[in-house]
Amino acid sequence: MPILHAMQETFGYVPQDAVPLIADAMNLSRAEVHGTFTFYHDFRHEPAGRHIVKVCVAEACQAAGARVTTDKIAKALDCAYGETRPDGQVTLEPIYCLGLCACGPSAMVNGRLVGLIDDEAIDEIAAEVRS
Amino acid sequence: MSVVIYVPCDAAAVAVGADRVAKAFVDGLARRGVEGRVVRNGSRGMVWLEPLVEVVTPAGRVGYGPVKPKDVEALLDGGLLDGAGHDLRLGDVEKIPFFAKQERFTFKRVGVTDPVSLDDYLAHGGYKGLERAIAIGPADTVEEVFNSGLRGRGGAGFPTGIKWRTVAACAPGKKYVVCNADEGDSGTFADRMIMEGDPFQLIEGMTIAGVAVGADMGYVYCRSEYPHAIAAMNKAIEAARKAGYLGSRVAGSDYDFDMQVRVGAGAYVCGEETSLLESLEGRRGLVRAKPPLPAHKGLFGKPTVINNVLSLAAVPFIMSEGAKAYADVGFGRSRGTMPIQLAGNVKYGGLYEIAFGVTLGELVEDVAGGTFTGRDVRAVQVGGPLGAYFPRSLFDTPFDYEAFAKRDGLIGHGGVVIFDDTVDMAKQARFAMEFCSVESCGKCTPCRIGSTRGVEVMDRIIAGVEREKNLAILEDLSHTMKLGSLCALGGFTPYPVMSALTHFPEDFGRGSMPLAAE
Ligand SMILES: Cc1cc2nc3c(=O)[nH]c(=O)nc-3n(C[C@H](O)[C@H](O)[C@H](O)COP(=O)(O)O)c2cc1C
Ligand code: SF4
Ligand code: FES
Repeated sequence: MPILHAMQETFGYVPQDAVPLIADAMNLSRAEVHGTFTFYHDFRHEPAGRHIVKVCVAEACQAAGARVTTDKIAKALDCAYGETRPDGQVTLEPIYCLGLCACGPSAMVNGRLVGLIDDEAIDEIAAEVRS
Repeated sequence: MSVVIYVPCDAAAVAVGADRVAKAFVDGLARRGVEGRVVRNGSRGMVWLEPLVEVVTPAGRVGYGPVKPKDVEALLDGGLLDGAGHDLRLGDVEKIPFFAKQERFTFKRVGVTDPVSLDDYLAHGGYKGLERAIAIGPADTVEEVFNSGLRGRGGAGFPTGIKWRTVAACAPGKKYVVCNADEGDSGTFADRMIMEGDPFQLIEGMTIAGVAVGADMGYVYCRSEYPHAIAAMNKAIEAARKAGYLGSRVAGSDYDFDMQVRVGAGAYVCGEETSLLESLEGRRGLVRAKPPLPAHKGLFGKPTVINNVLSLAAVPFIMSEGAKAYADVGFGRSRGTMPIQLAGNVKYGGLYEIAFGVTLGELVEDVAGGTFTGRDVRAVQVGGPLGAYFPRSLFDTPFDYEAFAKRDGLIGHGGVVIFDDTVDMAKQARFAMEFCSVESCGKCTPCRIGSTRGVEVMDRIIAGVEREKNLAILEDLSHTMKLGSLCALGGFTPYPVMSALTHFPEDFGRGSMPLAAE
């Protein structure tokens, strides 16, 4: 896992070609490495967009209005959840809880935490993604 | 005298601008030529007041909040450094009722100290517990934890002392202490606050566990969604190692103990202890059948203590103040305090540590002050995504493992998520099924297939298609999942689903309470 994390940090995703290399280095079968890599939600199979926006969709944020906010964010970024916009500018992902449940709705924008998301915050996120 | 200003580094504070506030204070002091420093403390747990800034004055610490970056100049001009008045002035934050009413055993230092300063930790009673554990020896340490009545705070509520006894009784050899910091439950953040706000306490707790059971290595398995916690833990571990509190002969004793942080990869099920061990060993997080128990055959097949962050973080208090001080408070078989997390649509949200026995109604109405939208509270989900939804009519339920179980609920990791009257409980039931299908490890059919079918059935119910027939299927599915699942992900998903249906039948197109309610 630390290797997969390191790959993702360097490349932004885990290239398919890396699987046999890791398998050899760790003395594991390709199937084992592939199984591990595909099991975890964090590891990406394809390059991500220039900006990565992860929005919390879990219960506490839902209670705080996330069911509406999440749709607004998708609209503002013109991107569906789990996808990268065709121009490669942004990847939008759902995430289950950031531990910011008393100041939801929340998100992580390029690694930066955002709580109490309102329309103004959505505009700021959209502006950041445009840059 | 040099000025000291506290601005929390807690992720919740950062999410509402604490980093920018801290920078504004640093710049503001520099511009005024005032000598001083900005200390990044943990959070006091009053999230609605974050960023909650405190300034040290001769009369004590004076709080201001919530402070926005643009408020900083006015605060400095208005005499914040002397604790002077301002709209945002809170005075002594420990006198705020939300704070004053708590019994802070585990969180006593969080928000008070500089989390990554070992000196600060020692100055506030740190490492007294380990000192005593070393003095009385492993066997008595295990008994002390047993006598405190401490039960696992990760969800299952299993007595920590019994777990430790089991590992201690295994033949000497390689053993491990694993801290479960996966904290995947929505509505919970107490583990995060400990790791960010008082990491040394967790390190001390794990070291005591190591001494008690004869383990010389520990791992903290932390979820990847917590970068701030991971950074704070790593900093604190390094400082502890440098000062001789980790490594060989810890604190000058005959015991060796060292530890590392390992990062998860976004799989909820890896919070389940056997899945977590698989993941720590570098594999897919498939749940293992028990027995063997991790206490006998855990990490790399060796005897392993695996405990939640809050369980381990409670140990230094128990060791330094004595088992009795801990066990003296509580309710029934739930002894000590529970760090309760008030979340969701909440007016006064945050961390509230209190002895077991407080009722759900007191928590929701009195402590949390209801919803921030100002609308009526309709439902409260306690214990994370596998916890039941409780209606107002169950607000007299005391916070206690057994009392919640008796009402088909669970307290889990202590998360309380408040919903107002706009909530659609059928949608919440659908979400519970969806969550289970997304996070299922795939090992058992009722969980993997059942939850996917559950989503489809809920879609039909919500669309109003053959409601009664589909509700019967839903009940049947829930029953099968409950009985046929290896772990609580599949086994407990019926709790939120069935509680929503039982207590809020009108949202499912049912006029009255169903007869077959479980
Ligand atoms: C699906 C699932 C998820 C869990 N997630 C967590 C978690 O995030 N943190 C945790 O401490 N325990 C979690 N648990 C409970 C652990 O399996 C285990 O009971 C706990 O780590 C034991 O520590 P404790 O006795 O100190 O509570 C989870 C259990 C299940 C079934
Ligand atoms: S109940 Fe679900 S998560 Fe648990 S072991 Fe079975 S398939 Fe895996
Ligand atoms: S539920 Fe969204 S941060 Fe916890």
